[in-house]
Amino acid sequence: MSSPPPSDRRYTRTHEWLRAENDGTYLLGITDHAQSALGDVVFVEVKPAGTAVEAGGSVAVVESVKAASDVYTPFAAEIVAANADLAQRPEVLNQDPYGEGWILRLKPAEGSDPGAGLLDASSYGRSLEDAHD
Amino acid sequence: MIPLVFELGRPGRRARLQAPAEDPALDDLPPALLRREAPALAEVSELDAVRHYTRLSQRNYAIDTHFYPLGSCTMKYNPRASNRAALLPEFLALHPLAPEEDLRGYLTCLLELEEMLAVVTGMRRVVLNCMAGAQGEFAGVSIIRAYHRARGDEERREMLVPDAAHGTNPASAVMAGFRVREIPTRPDGDVDLEALARALGPHTAGIMLTNPSTLGVFERRIVELARLVHEAGGLLYYDGANLNAILGQVRPGDMGFDVLHLNLHKTFSTPHGGGGPGAAALGVHERLLPFLPHPFVVDDPKEGPRWSRPEDAPRSIGRLASFHGNAGVLLRAWVYARLLGREGLRSVGPYATLNANYLAVRLRALGYELAYPTRRAGHEFLVTLRREAKTYGVTAMDVAKRLLDHGVHAPTTYFPLLVPECLLIEPTETESQETLDAFVEAMAAIRREMAEDPERLRGAPWTTPVRRLDDVRAARVLDLAWRSGGASSA
Repeated sequence: MSSPPPSDRRYTRTHEWLRAENDGTYLLGITDHAQSALGDVVFVEVKPAGTAVEAGGSVAVVESVKAASDVYTPFAAEIVAANADLAQRPEVLNQDPYGEGWILRLKPAEGSDPGAGLLDASSYGRSLEDAHD
Repeated sequence: MIPLVFELGRPGRRARLQAPAEDPALDDLPPALLRREAPALAEVSELDAVRHYTRLSQRNYAIDTHFYPLGSCTMKYNPRASNRAALLPEFLALHPLAPEEDLRGYLTCLLELEEMLAVVTGMRRVVLNCMAGAQGEFAGVSIIRAYHRARGDEERREMLVPDAAHGTNPASAVMAGFRVREIPTRPDGDVDLEALARALGPHTAGIMLTNPSTLGVFERRIVELARLVHEAGGLLYYDGANLNAILGQVRPGDMGFDVLHLNLHKTFSTPHGGGGPGAAALGVHERLLPFLPHPFVVDDPKEGPRWSRPEDAPRSIGRLASFHGNAGVLLRAWVYARLLGREGLRSVGPYATLNANYLAVRLRALGYELAYPTRRAGHEFLVTLRREAKTYGVTAMDVAKRLLDHGVHAPTTYFPLLVPECLLIEPTETESQETLDAFVEAMAAIRREMAEDPERLRGAPWTTPVRRLDDVRAARVLDLAWRSGGASSA
């Protein structure tokens, strides 16, 4: 069973989480539900730091034994850094999706609204239940 | 475990008949191309080699030995007659660069096959020069791109792909230079036409659609869908992955499709276990004729059948390979179509769908959950094990592995992605009711094990030459090639 989504961050309908950091950047990862649906992750590929991505654009690819899935940013942003640890130990994404398994750090583009359209933890949790019953 | 052929070797042991002459004449080869050291080949006797490869072949799962319900792959029986014709020395000995007057017989076979495929798909023209399905897709969407460009319609750079489309479609569109936009599917399995209408616009190049979709169901509102896309100025691409369900019953051309590819290695029954070689037929509507890839076969009223010349497709997207398609595969497909004839080809779809629906109904009676219970199956159907995963902790992969112990090749697992814990099951029309019943018996035994002995499933397979493989480690620690001296390369 998936653990409940933490309330210190916001969620997308495509199962990414975003946590605002003190320096104005955002950490992005995938939810426990997403890692569990993907199965054992074998490879994480992040677009290079400095890449500018439009809202809804792909910022990374997570490859598991079942599938390769794009990871999307919900707002226009620049990629600041990737979690280098995942390159060596992709299994961390399965073990700790909300902590050590973060994927990348984003800087919102000028004029973009990072909060728009995102779900809070309880709405995201409910959307999972609706989809599965 | 069977040792590698290299591990069987002993220094100096030779298979004399296979060995090259001791001192072959090399003086006409450029020195830069000569090897400095002998290649590291396995040093075994002829008998060792024969036993080794015979044993390996006996450990194979193949359509000739086992039921093979691998969804979306159409693993039907490959008639021996097709092989026999394709192996005639008069075909086998043809050189790709032979002059056209020596190729007329072969080219005539290709023309006949093109004509039969055009009739069953409702396309104006079919050509056979794509090397496999994915290249057929690439050619098809490249033609859509060329069509818009020729009209000065440079803004049409977005390709729509429903999330139930064949998995290679988005990749082919990106390779051809398009942005891909995904269109959602409704809970009943049909494309969400409201979402489609919102996505359509002056940037729409077209839509790539598989019908029946990879959910195993027929897109019921296809005519309305085609009208919407055409009114927005886009074209419709048909992925023929699932043509087997509708062959001879409904034609993609009549549904409104403008361009398509067929997988001859699926619907026209040529061998494709182990990944190939494939062959795709590419079909187009009248207005796309100028863009066809070269070379294709032209029925020249004066010269007879010949290869195409630039003027035969003046705005061609170009050449896709050095030569024309996979010759042997095309011949097998031609024989298959001739063997079945018009009536036979018409009966493929009904029997393929009958077998799939029979299995679906019987598996549901056992307690398996169908992913789209309100829909009649096409030639394949989806079972979801999401309830079993929760109740028994048994996954689709466990069931797939356990089927190997029952002498059945596993169905497709975890595809399509939008259905959790799924098995995609495609029996094809060439299986008897007895074979289907044996599969149902195996699935019934597996169902009993879920409750009584789930460890039996989680540890499967038990009877195969190698047990459950660590596919996670295999993907994380790549070990792809044997190297002499024990070192392996990544």
